[in-house]
Amino acid sequence: MNNAVPFEWIAAVRFLREGRLQTAFIILGITIGVAVIVFMSALLSGLQVNFLDRVLTSSAQIQLLPLDQVARPLFASDAAIEDATVQRPTQRIVSINQWQKVRDRVAQMPGVLNAAPTMLGSALITRGDASRAVRVSGVEPDSYFPIIRIPDFLTEGKATLANDEIILGTDLATNLGASLGDTVNVRAASGNAVILRITGLFDLGNKAANESVSYVALRTAQSLLGQAGAVTTIEVKIADVYAAERLAQQIAAANPVKAESWIATNAQFFTAIRAQQSSNTLIRAFVGLSVAFGIAAVLVVSVIQRSKDIGILRAMGTTRGQILRIFLIQGGLLGLAGAIIGCLVGAGGLVWYHSLIRQADGSELFPLLLERQMFIVTLGLATLTGLLSATAPALRATKLDPVDAIRG
Amino acid sequence: MPSVDRPAEPTPIVHLEGIRRSYNIGLPSEIEILHGIDLDLHRGEFLALMGASGSGKSTLLNIIGLLDRPTAGHVVINGIDTASLDDAAITRLRGHAIGFVFQEHHLISAFTALENVMMPMIVDRNGGSDAIRERALGLLEKLGLAHVGENMSSNMSGGEQQRVAIARALAMQASLILADEPTGNLDSQSADNVFDFMRQLNRDEGTCFLIVTHNLELAQKCDRIITMADGALVPA
Repeated sequence: MNNAVPFEWIAAVRFLREGRLQTAFIILGITIGVAVIVFMSALLSGLQVNFLDRVLTSSAQIQLLPLDQVARPLFASDAAIEDATVQRPTQRIVSINQWQKVRDRVAQMPGVLNAAPTMLGSALITRGDASRAVRVSGVEPDSYFPIIRIPDFLTEGKATLANDEIILGTDLATNLGASLGDTVNVRAASGNAVILRITGLFDLGNKAANESVSYVALRTAQSLLGQAGAVTTIEVKIADVYAAERLAQQIAAANPVKAESWIATNAQFFTAIRAQQSSNTLIRAFVGLSVAFGIAAVLVVSVIQRSKDIGILRAMGTTRGQILRIFLIQGGLLGLAGAIIGCLVGAGGLVWYHSLIRQADGSELFPLLLERQMFIVTLGLATLTGLLSATAPALRATKLDPVDAIRG
Repeated sequence: MPSVDRPAEPTPIVHLEGIRRSYNIGLPSEIEILHGIDLDLHRGEFLALMGASGSGKSTLLNIIGLLDRPTAGHVVINGIDTASLDDAAITRLRGHAIGFVFQEHHLISAFTALENVMMPMIVDRNGGSDAIRERALGLLEKLGLAHVGENMSSNMSGGEQQRVAIARALAMQASLILADEPTGNLDSQSADNVFDFMRQLNRDEGTCFLIVTHNLELAQKCDRIITMADGALVPA
């Protein structure tokens, strides 16, 4: 018996050790519960990160756009409507008003990591007798590529954009019969045309995007689309992707722009993520609840089995507080022990499942996310669950009348 | 008439005054078990408490042992009136002043014999120490049990278990040991041995023993026999 250990700890550990089979079964139960929670949480987090990555690969978390152009009714001098028919106006390519100011202001907002101006428009790319309609994105590589990580998806070349350079999707290059270093003719609807050299080819993992997206320098796009000095969008990257909608609303309220978050533009996808999170939370809650009832049931039985011991301990001067702590410690220890083994089993199971389940191309289906924080929280919650579950049995133990308890 | 100086009566370890104990108070089934008991127990006494079943012996023992509270009257232990003490203070006083030996040994099965003897001291100091271990070993040795120190209670004979229980009751150097039929479950040889041990300890340590027994032969070996009938003490 260790002299440094308080009496309650000694008694709690000895009682658990004496009821070996009972203790082993409840720890097994907690282990399974915790393992399920760890496995599911890490798996769903990984899948979620994977999905988010796919969604946010080629679009920013928040896009700032010029305000919609609105047609207003024409009034006569006596306030009567001169022309009752108001046609919906065409949405011409226009610049964001005072975009430099907007960009700087947004970049300084808390939670915003980066803001990049871009010029978007349509053009026809021609090489020889092949031509394709494409979306031309004029960007500043230094500010844009940290937001949309095109360099990560390059299959050939480099992610630099001088005024006479262009980066294309792999499928577009194939359709044009073009390779790295070749030149292509890019012509806008306005009639402006420019010859650009291919410096990079990218694969976003999406055929539609690979066939229709191209990147040029911001100045090149501005002159090609006849919008010198203009930008049509400001792409914004933020720290917490789930705060996108709230931040978008704040930006729109404070600036003359329309702000669209990825949550609003991918509403269905976001709803699916939320549903997944909710179901995961529910599963965790119910597993936690069943673990809690398991611990409580075992400790209630233990209190009944040990009522004579409790009576004797009370007779020899053990206070009600000490009795309470003996059973609380047992609950906490059961929760902690089950959680430690459960974390190991859950993490081991996930590592095995991760190596087993692959995508068709052999790449991983989801990233393996075994974060230290998840384990710390799980251990803490399981121990707390053990303590809380032990409260009712422990209180019952303190209320035992020593005379009745000894008499049995 | 010349005055005579008499030595002052020593303060009793236990002073009971007008002890009454009722159950089902306020109900039609209310019943009074003890009817105003007055009793003093002194240091060094070795007493037998006898009486028929249902005479109130166990209730009186529980009240003296501070495991139960009287409905009326005063229980004074070592000069402390327990009426005004809260549960924690009563528990502390019980732990320090009173040791218990039951008919069944009631050793805690999760601990060894030595640890059972150490237990009251560990509870009191909230942890073990070498001094506690030494004292427990000394008690076991005194009771001829040094060889069973590391045994669990299930590996000891009935007599050994009961002697370990006595050692446990003595651990806190309590001034009073309450023994409720301590030899009731033992064969006559073991019963005599256990009784002799208690008697020896009473003589060596001056510990007061109050022993509930139905065995008249054993009771007659005590200094005094207190007899109870129908919840009252029978005058000697």
